[in-house]
Amino acid sequence: MELSGLGIHDLVRMRDKGEVSSREILDSVYKRIEEVESKVAAYVTLTRDEAFRMADRADREIAAGHGKPLSGIPIAVKDNMCTKGILTTCASKILHNFVPPYESTVTSRLIESGYVLTGKANLDEFAMGSSTENSGFRTTRNPWDTRRIPGGSSGGSAAAVAADECIAALGSDTGGSIRQPASLCGVVGMKPTYGRVSRYGLVAFASSLDQIGPIAKNVKDCALLLNVIAGRDPFDSTSAPVDVPDFTAAIGKEIQGLRVGVPKEYFIEGMDPEVEEAVRAAIRKFESLGAVPIEVSLPHTDYAVATYYVLATSEASSNLARYDGVKYGRRAEGRDLMEMYMKSRAEGFGAEVKRRIMLGTYTLSSGYYDAYYKKAQQVRTLIKNDFDEVFRDADVVLTPTSPTPAFKLGERSEDPLRMYLADIFTISANLAGVPGISVPCGFTADNLPIGLQLIGKHFDEATLLKAAHAYEQATEWHKRKPAL
Amino acid sequence: MKYEAVIGLEVHAQMLTDTKIFCGCSTKFGSEPNTQTCQVCTGMPGVLPVLNRKVLEFAVRTGLAMNCSISPYSRFARKNYFYPDLPKGYQISQYELPICEHGFVEIVVEDEVRKVGITRIHMEEDAGKNIHEGGGYSFVDLNRAGVPLMEIVSEPDIRSPGEASEYMKKLRAILRYLGVCDGNMEQGSLRCDANVSIRPVGREEYGTRAEVKNINSFRFVEKALEYEIKRQVRVVEGGGRVLQETRLWDAARGVTGSMRSKEEAHDYRYFPEPDLVPIVGEDRWLDEIRAYLPELPDEKRERFVGDFGLPEYDADLLTSERPVAEWFEEVVAAGAQPKAASNWMMGDLMRLLNEENRPIEECAISPGQLASMIRLIDAGTISGKIAKTVFAEMYRTGGDPETIVREKGLVQISDESEIEKAVDAVIAGNPNEVGRYKGGEEKLLGFFVGQVMKKMKGKANPRMLNELLRKKLSG
Repeated sequence: MELSGLGIHDLVRMRDKGEVSSREILDSVYKRIEEVESKVAAYVTLTRDEAFRMADRADREIAAGHGKPLSGIPIAVKDNMCTKGILTTCASKILHNFVPPYESTVTSRLIESGYVLTGKANLDEFAMGSSTENSGFRTTRNPWDTRRIPGGSSGGSAAAVAADECIAALGSDTGGSIRQPASLCGVVGMKPTYGRVSRYGLVAFASSLDQIGPIAKNVKDCALLLNVIAGRDPFDSTSAPVDVPDFTAAIGKEIQGLRVGVPKEYFIEGMDPEVEEAVRAAIRKFESLGAVPIEVSLPHTDYAVATYYVLATSEASSNLARYDGVKYGRRAEGRDLMEMYMKSRAEGFGAEVKRRIMLGTYTLSSGYYDAYYKKAQQVRTLIKNDFDEVFRDADVVLTPTSPTPAFKLGERSEDPLRMYLADIFTISANLAGVPGISVPCGFTADNLPIGLQLIGKHFDEATLLKAAHAYEQATEWHKRKPAL
Repeated sequence: MKYEAVIGLEVHAQMLTDTKIFCGCSTKFGSEPNTQTCQVCTGMPGVLPVLNRKVLEFAVRTGLAMNCSISPYSRFARKNYFYPDLPKGYQISQYELPICEHGFVEIVVEDEVRKVGITRIHMEEDAGKNIHEGGGYSFVDLNRAGVPLMEIVSEPDIRSPGEASEYMKKLRAILRYLGVCDGNMEQGSLRCDANVSIRPVGREEYGTRAEVKNINSFRFVEKALEYEIKRQVRVVEGGGRVLQETRLWDAARGVTGSMRSKEEAHDYRYFPEPDLVPIVGEDRWLDEIRAYLPELPDEKRERFVGDFGLPEYDADLLTSERPVAEWFEEVVAAGAQPKAASNWMMGDLMRLLNEENRPIEECAISPGQLASMIRLIDAGTISGKIAKTVFAEMYRTGGDPETIVREKGLVQISDESEIEKAVDAVIAGNPNEVGRYKGGEEKLLGFFVGQVMKKMKGKANPRMLNELLRKKLSG
């Protein structure tokens, strides 16, 4: 297999034995990018020159005996995380020329760990969407079938990992934006507990829901990436002062007796039968590994999507106010201030972003606040309580990640409500702040990946990773590669 | 019909912290535009605020000094509106759960103590500044963006412009005592907006209020309110209705003018700031702040009256500024009689300082030196009159009173024979006046005192001089 097709741990092992240099790894990845990027369109910006500089630096450090956990590992970063001196667009025309003067905390930690930045991955504009079709620049394709969407909003990150255009990637997840594309692209993606990873430098969509996480080719790589990016950050007051264990240490442990909650509300009518079948089979697999499936109930699940779209859009309407053409980004000329504001925003934002800003502005308006925002906050508490209740009996909760496999480009782009339902199984974890991971659990007859989701207790990513890894190692799904 | 005014004030006080409320940038005033900024206070994509703990401490200190209850659970909120000097498109402020509530301060109006309720005190960030220099462009300076402010909102308990002015003075004194704000209205570190309405005297319910903004000087507090009250009375008496609106005080023209109507009022779409965690009060921390609160102006005034026997008037003046009050206490501690110390400070010292617009901290005289001078008077070494000369010299040079008295030969002469010699000479030299005095013009005594003093260069012991003169003239 080409080096680009390997995971972090394999490459680290070879690197540490001196079998491969950082430059060779990056050569292989960039060769792959040259071959398939025109079909996949995973990146907004490729940082080739910078990448080779970073790879050479990694090789020098390794030679000097100062190798670090991620030295020489090519990683893609979703283009909504600020990288100092490197274009950061959020896939929005309004930030088409924005070069951050500072480095986000997560990428600072990656730099300290020796990583190599392959480029900035495509996304739905400002992470708003489930298909990457809302990118202001280009639509990423699913490597398993390029007529289909890769999921979103971290579609570029997931597609890049699946297509071997990087070794691993960072995504961000506000309502499923890591897990859903990971599921649709047949890779592993994890949304950590809210507060586990610093959001400093992540361009905000919905501050109380956003969380950065890893997308990788296997569970163990996910654990390693999480080790690097997790932990309290003085620059993010909402990052939790909670100890960070070595997540890779949880990998490989038995799951004998693990109580796997299966919520009855997640096996709904209209779910794709192939998805349901694959997830049911996965439950049986867990059972065969010694886990104990139990039926549980998350009674407020029905309200999750509505709650989410009130809260997320409310916060977004405020978070996106700073894009006014005054300080950075796109400025349209106007005869006066108001015209400059209106034209800059009208020309700079895409349709979905505008739709959400309007929704959120409405739900926060005086006279509507109580009926929408405040009510949604109350329901959010009920949803969180649902999980607290379930986790008295269950160690993890198992659900499908997405109700359907990857759909066709354009199939839902005219129907926002149907598009919003793509996140129906992932949204609750964001509302409750709990961690979730998606791992491959099968393929449809059309050879499209299916993913299962495990949801865990607050700050118990270790159990999720342990369970996901045990399942992954007992199956072959993660070994398949798309034929591009 | 007679009307009374109902006034509530919203005061913005800029906090005296070294750094901004949510980032580490300096709060220093008057630097080159945009040199005290970073990614956080310029609202770059992806940045997050981190609360400056000093800001919280200052707000709590102020709340305690103004008799507020400190909220056990408080949080920030976003106030959303578009303006070029507001880099994030929202201001981080507090809305539903402010840090301090339900307090009061006391003011003295016509010798009566009145309580003015404090509805709330909250923390927020300042905006930047737009600079309009023509040429079809405006510029934005974000040095001030993120400078910490406290908003102190009063109940509508104020009934006249004079009360409003007293209230502002009291707030300023407290803030300065606490060291949380320099109280400078002209430089904008203390700003005042007023909600004003009128109602017929005796009526319970409030009239429609107008908000008056841009009162940016102590002088204008009374003027702006007087104008606005007269305007409202004129409107009502002319058969019109007062509109709910925001008005701007125009200091140059001395009037308020409509800025925006109720219909044009912003909907700020407040909601809890998700980037900051709620502030949960810890009792131990609160107790610590309480323990380190300085003595406040009201307490000090009472103590000056009670312990030092000062008249209310003296105590009030001496305690209006903390450095003055502390200076006074040092003079007394150095052994001076309190009333004498007060007289010298409120008289000569304040006059000299005011002439130069110099704060007492920069006074050349030390409190100990003033005490020494007062002791020289008490001991009869110098007369009160000579002391004026000595004091002026001390103020000019910072020299010790003993040295000045010695070097300038200002020691009072209490040698009876020396005074007698001078008295005899004056009596002998003014036979006319002596005759008139003996004929009943007793007020001429002053003339003789002056002549002797002149002869003795002012150094004669006044008591002995008086006695000798009377004796000789009536003899």
